[in-house]
Amino acid sequence: MSKAISIIKSTAVPLNVENVDTDQIIPARFLKATNREGFGKNLFRDWRYIDNDENKPHKDFVLNDSTWSGKILLTGKNFGCGSSREHAAWAIKDYGFDVVVSSFFADIFRNNALNNFLLPVVVSEKFLSELFEAVTSNPSTEITVDLPAQTISLPDGRSESFQISAYKKTCLLNGYDDINYLLSQREKIEAFEKTF
Amino acid sequence: MPKTLFEKIWDKHVVESIEDGPDVLYIDKHFIHEVTSPQAFAELEKRSLPVFRPERTIATADHNVPTLHQELPIKEALSRKQVEKLTENCAKYGVELYGLGHPFQGIVHVIGPELGITQPGMTIVCGDSHTSTHGAFGTIAFGIGTSEVGMVLATQCIMQSRPKVMRINVEGTLNPGVVSKDIILHIISKISASGATGYFVEYAGSTIRSLSMEARMTICNMSIEMGARGGMIAPDETTFAYMRGRKFAPQGEEWDKKMEEWKQLKTDDDAVFDRELHINAADIEPMITYGTNPGQGMGITSTVPDPDKLEDESERNALRKSLNYMGFKGGEKLLGMHVQNVFIGSCTNSRIEDFRMIAALIKGKKKSPDINVMIVPGSQQVAAQIMKEGLDKIFTESGFFIRQPGCSACLGMNEDKVPPGEYCVSTSNRNFEGRQGPNARTILASPLTAAATALTGKISDARELMKTVSA
Ligand code: SF4
Repeated sequence: MSKAISIIKSTAVPLNVENVDTDQIIPARFLKATNREGFGKNLFRDWRYIDNDENKPHKDFVLNDSTWSGKILLTGKNFGCGSSREHAAWAIKDYGFDVVVSSFFADIFRNNALNNFLLPVVVSEKFLSELFEAVTSNPSTEITVDLPAQTISLPDGRSESFQISAYKKTCLLNGYDDINYLLSQREKIEAFEKTF
Repeated sequence: MPKTLFEKIWDKHVVESIEDGPDVLYIDKHFIHEVTSPQAFAELEKRSLPVFRPERTIATADHNVPTLHQELPIKEALSRKQVEKLTENCAKYGVELYGLGHPFQGIVHVIGPELGITQPGMTIVCGDSHTSTHGAFGTIAFGIGTSEVGMVLATQCIMQSRPKVMRINVEGTLNPGVVSKDIILHIISKISASGATGYFVEYAGSTIRSLSMEARMTICNMSIEMGARGGMIAPDETTFAYMRGRKFAPQGEEWDKKMEEWKQLKTDDDAVFDRELHINAADIEPMITYGTNPGQGMGITSTVPDPDKLEDESERNALRKSLNYMGFKGGEKLLGMHVQNVFIGSCTNSRIEDFRMIAALIKGKKKSPDINVMIVPGSQQVAAQIMKEGLDKIFTESGFFIRQPGCSACLGMNEDKVPPGEYCVSTSNRNFEGRQGPNARTILASPLTAAATALTGKISDARELMKTVSA
């Protein structure tokens, strides 16, 4: 599943809701799998279907509306709050998104996303509304997320830079996991244990 | 330099600080359960790695277990497989498991403290956001994702950026009928569901000091509901008295040695917090939530806020969406409203003191016939204690039935769910849309409010009923 990311240019799906919690992203009853794949089909399950019935999609929900597509999910502030379930990040990635843009992410979700090469991009409230505005008025608007340059831009040149630690950036650009790093530090960890 | 309690514990566990990156943090205790661990073990398998320090990981089955007939095989195939997978993984990798049927089984955040595994000064993680519960003992305890569970299994470390620190001081005497759940719901309603994101919280002040360990756990448990990574309370005599003699607590000389260390675990007088908040205990009423995030709470006698009166457009829309889901109107009073369900359980409120408190309220009274009540103890040990104290008789005489331990309707993963469209007054920690089942409507409250509601069939103020409790 892990793969490096660098520059992503894509249309976006606008989900203009605040405080989207991980129970909405993937309800608990879909957490029974023991592998990481296939969660995308239940992404936003209860917002997507009426009475949990796959034959009855909520027509106006963004994932069910063919107007919207792309690798970028635009969302309201405090995205990913609630449970620590990494299944939320897996579901978003599995569905086909590589980037989530919001003005504010919950801490655990942010870490989980980064560990799955799903890039959480934090922008200002002002730029977020400009992005929503641009995408909703023209669904074919392509947004460019440039990880090396740490910028997110609209086709007309409006742009904002975003933060990411140098360490995480290197990981994402090269497809490294934290676990690779930690395993390389085993001797240091063992030495630490002796002094502890 | 003066340090906060958080900084003291964190600094002691840093193996390495990466420049412009996270710290490598050593983990003392790691709890795992059936839902967020299978993919982590799969990762070890893929890389042919052993569990690095198996004695530092403890497993239980809680999230997805039935709460009736635990002695029988689990009916639902996927759930059964998940629990079996945990048993298999623990056996294969040498991890201690308190699975179904074990006298120590229970909700992961209930069993750690009651077994004395949770100890002051530790770093504790678990693939569950309410790991913050353990902070009541003066630990740095927080929830992690499954990739991180894999990292801890493989290296006993994770990589974390150091959060900011906030202190919330609660001072004064609580009003009668107000309990620790009300304190934390009050705090979250003041600070909002995202108000502490990026922070680790220390709770302090005379009110917090006066609380029992179990009441402190309820507060730390819900730290995540305001966005905080975790919450903690400095250990004191109450902590030590609770811990002494517990199964895995240090004994004899080891205990004396540890006590000396633990007594040092407090924030230095002139340490500086990134943010500080003051709460007056006297301002707190029994609380209920009216919306779909835990920040949307109010005093039980208050009225639901009116979205039309909000200035900010996005706040107005968010409140409208919540009220629409809940079927409430701005300006409405919820006290006295008929509800169909009550859930008493979850890692927030399923410990023995919760049951004692409820038993005292319901004794000699009858459950309302038109309400469905689910009562789920937090662990086998809590269930055993309920029997030992004869509380089960009080429950039975009042018409209540006590189920077997697990997370149950807190997250609606097993068959314990709230039916679509129905209301549930719940002692759990999340009122998100669909949390307790598709389209279920959750109203968070204290065990007292939940029990009072179970007696009357309507959202009720326990203080009214308490007036009639014979002394
Ligand atoms: S009781 Fe609820 S909140 Fe607590 S661990 Fe279980 S699912 Fe999580």
